Amino acid sequence: MNFIKKYASYAFLSLSVFPLSVFADWELNLPRGVTPFSQEIYDLHMYVLWIMCAIGLVVFGAMFYSILVHRKSRGAKAANWHHSTKVEIVWTVIPFVILIAVAVPATRSLIMMEDVGDADMTIKVTGYQWKWHYDYIGTEVDFFSTIEEKSNTARRRGSNIDPFEVEHYLRDVDNYLVVPTNKKIRFLTTAGDVIHAWWVPALGWKRDAIPGFINESWAFIKEPGVYRGQCAELCGKDHGFMPIVVRAVPEGEYIAWVEEQTQAKALASDQRNSNNLLATTRTDQ
Amino acid sequence: MSEAAAHDDHHDVQSTGLMRWLTTTNHKDIGTLYLLFSLTMFFIGGSMAMVIRLELFQPGLQFVDPQFYNSMTTMHALIMIFGAVMPAWTGFANWMIPMMIGAPDMALPRLNNWSFWILPFAFLMLLSTLFMPGGAPAGGWTMYPPLVLQTGDAFPYLIFAIHFMGASSIAGAINIIATVFNMRAPGMTLMKLPLFVWTWIITAFLLIASIPVLAGAVTMLLTDKFFGTAFFSAAGGGDPVMFQHIFWFFGHPEVYILILPAFGIVSAIIPTFARKPLFGYSSMVYATGAIAFLSFIVWAHHMFTVGMPLAGELFFMYTTVLIAVPTGVKIFNWVATMWRGSMTFETPMLFALAFVVLFTIGGFSGLMLGVTPVDFQYHDTYFVVAHFHYVLVTGAVFALMAGAYFWLPKWTGHMYNETLGKWHFWLSTISVNVLFFPQHFLGLAGMPRRIPDYAVQFSDFNMVSSIGGFVYGASQILFVVVVVKCVRGGEKATDEVWEGAQGLEWTLPSPPPFHSFTEAPDPSSITGGNR
Repeated sequence: MNFIKKYASYAFLSLSVFPLSVFADWELNLPRGVTPFSQEIYDLHMYVLWIMCAIGLVVFGAMFYSILVHRKSRGAKAANWHHSTKVEIVWTVIPFVILIAVAVPATRSLIMMEDVGDADMTIKVTGYQWKWHYDYIGTEVDFFSTIEEKSNTARRRGSNIDPFEVEHYLRDVDNYLVVPTNKKIRFLTTAGDVIHAWWVPALGWKRDAIPGFINESWAFIKEPGVYRGQCAELCGKDHGFMPIVVRAVPEGEYIAWVEEQTQAKALASDQRNSNNLLATTRTDQ
Repeated sequence: MSEAAAHDDHHDVQSTGLMRWLTTTNHKDIGTLYLLFSLTMFFIGGSMAMVIRLELFQPGLQFVDPQFYNSMTTMHALIMIFGAVMPAWTGFANWMIPMMIGAPDMALPRLNNWSFWILPFAFLMLLSTLFMPGGAPAGGWTMYPPLVLQTGDAFPYLIFAIHFMGASSIAGAINIIATVFNMRAPGMTLMKLPLFVWTWIITAFLLIASIPVLAGAVTMLLTDKFFGTAFFSAAGGGDPVMFQHIFWFFGHPEVYILILPAFGIVSAIIPTFARKPLFGYSSMVYATGAIAFLSFIVWAHHMFTVGMPLAGELFFMYTTVLIAVPTGVKIFNWVATMWRGSMTFETPMLFALAFVVLFTIGGFSGLMLGVTPVDFQYHDTYFVVAHFHYVLVTGAVFALMAGAYFWLPKWTGHMYNETLGKWHFWLSTISVNVLFFPQHFLGLAGMPRRIPDYAVQFSDFNMVSSIGGFVYGASQILFVVVVVKCVRGGEKATDEVWEGAQGLEWTLPSPPPFHSFTEAPDPSSITGGNR
């Protein structure tokens, strides 16, 4: 009974906020993204989609014309032909030509995506049940990134927290992956337990993180901003709760951030060392 | 064949009651068992889908925990694929193939009994895992290691259930091949066979070639878990991606195992209700063969994101999109069959027409998914979920419904209730699109599959999809009502049943005698949609 009441109030609520949410929530299409690759494959997606629509229009058009006109109730008399080699060759060749028209730009995009050379920096991404670890190769910076606490509380069954009240519900993490804009970043993905997949739609790709494998991919982010994604390969019970947040900042800001992280880390490690020293001294006594 | 003769044929039913069904070697009895089993599994798997849609009705976790949710998606897939669709096709094959080729029964009747009776045990074993410590399998029906190795006590039961299902399918496939190659009536040449028989022979070869590969893969999982091997463990020198290659080498032919018999049924129904012979019979046969061949060299398109070399990605992209050519030929042939026909729109025809349109939509999204660079976005999202439900629900299941309505009068001797049939069709067709079409948008907007809870921007389409799901689920009860009413009585069906029906099965009385053809019929006497 309780949940019926909850639904009723929810339905009422959603009706009242409907006009506001209509543009935000009824998202229909791929995002354009913020990398050259994501924009190229957005165009490729639209190109193939329109070809499919055109084929659909012709095939379904012929079919529904036939359904409307060639029906017994309108006195249609059935013809008796059942074969035409000429027509059959035509409708084998035309799709083949269309496929070539799809395959050529697709091949070009794919070659672009697989060219991971000449990267300005490298980040190693490791998936664990159920968090991400980021290692900035060549720096001291590395950290775990886990779902943000408010979402993590709200998402539990019986929490009685309305997800609509939580900012970036299931899409926020404690530590953002900070990257510079206008740099070619190479991502190495791997995993520590089971297979995960690292996916930020605005970058235009996802790549599996597989234990024992290191996969390469790259991104060149043109616009500063915060880009959200999540694990895309079933990885156990909390697969739905390992979001990814990328914050792209101008290079200067990025360098400052790395500096800050390095110092914080050195400080923490100093503290740890002196604690260890204290502990050692204590055991010595 | 007279009514009296039909009754006399029953003399060799030796047992009655339950023993009759346990010991039967009759193709129609076994066909009925398969179909009833499939219908039961359709509802069990369907109720799991209802749990999934209920949990996804709104964001937040309201009804189930994530682990149980993952069990639901895993079990729903296994039950629908191996328990609902595959046995339904074998049921149709059992009922129809002997009647279509002019044979008295299947070639290997005892094997036939055995291949059916393995199934209830396999699925009891699989379903019992729901009550085991650690819960039912929750690693997805694809069973990717290392995740699947985290399954609790259910793990060995899952593996052996799959072995049983596989053994049943292989036995069924052997039987169909033996029947078609040895028991055709004189004059029933291969190129005169109805397309349902053709598509089933090709399906049977796909089964024999691919199921043992699955058996090997799951056996390696078993030894990895219990006997210390490391086939799929990188730490032990193995390769987790190798499992995916082996699995999909089975898995892609498997999707054609699910859909090829549907092509056969639709190729029987459209000419009947268009009162015009099937357009391009031989190109239909060759296209089916081409699809079956291609199905063995496209498997890695299920795993474009595992990080294959460029050459591999290009190869699998080209072969994948190439499947559109023979599939397109089939769709053009069906439309050409309708063209200048004299169509009527009884329930089987409605389901067949919906199949053509909706399966084609599934084909469009399939081609989009085959384009590797864009698949880096689509992969493992609801776009994929929408795609395979369009080809498997509005494809395979709609063809099953079409076939059931088409042959029910032949099987029972009664006409089904056309009004209820039409209600079932329209409710199903509208709701299934409300259910699955918005999932395209969800996937494109960024919602991954196999998640029990989602970010709030996905709320609206999920709610729409769930409402469609509930209506679709409830509409299927109508189908049971139609079938029960039809079995129990109704207007007497003629031998031919449908005005434009062509084929040997329509020369038999409705219902047909126990041993379909005790004397070989003359196939040249029928003009057939199959010339």
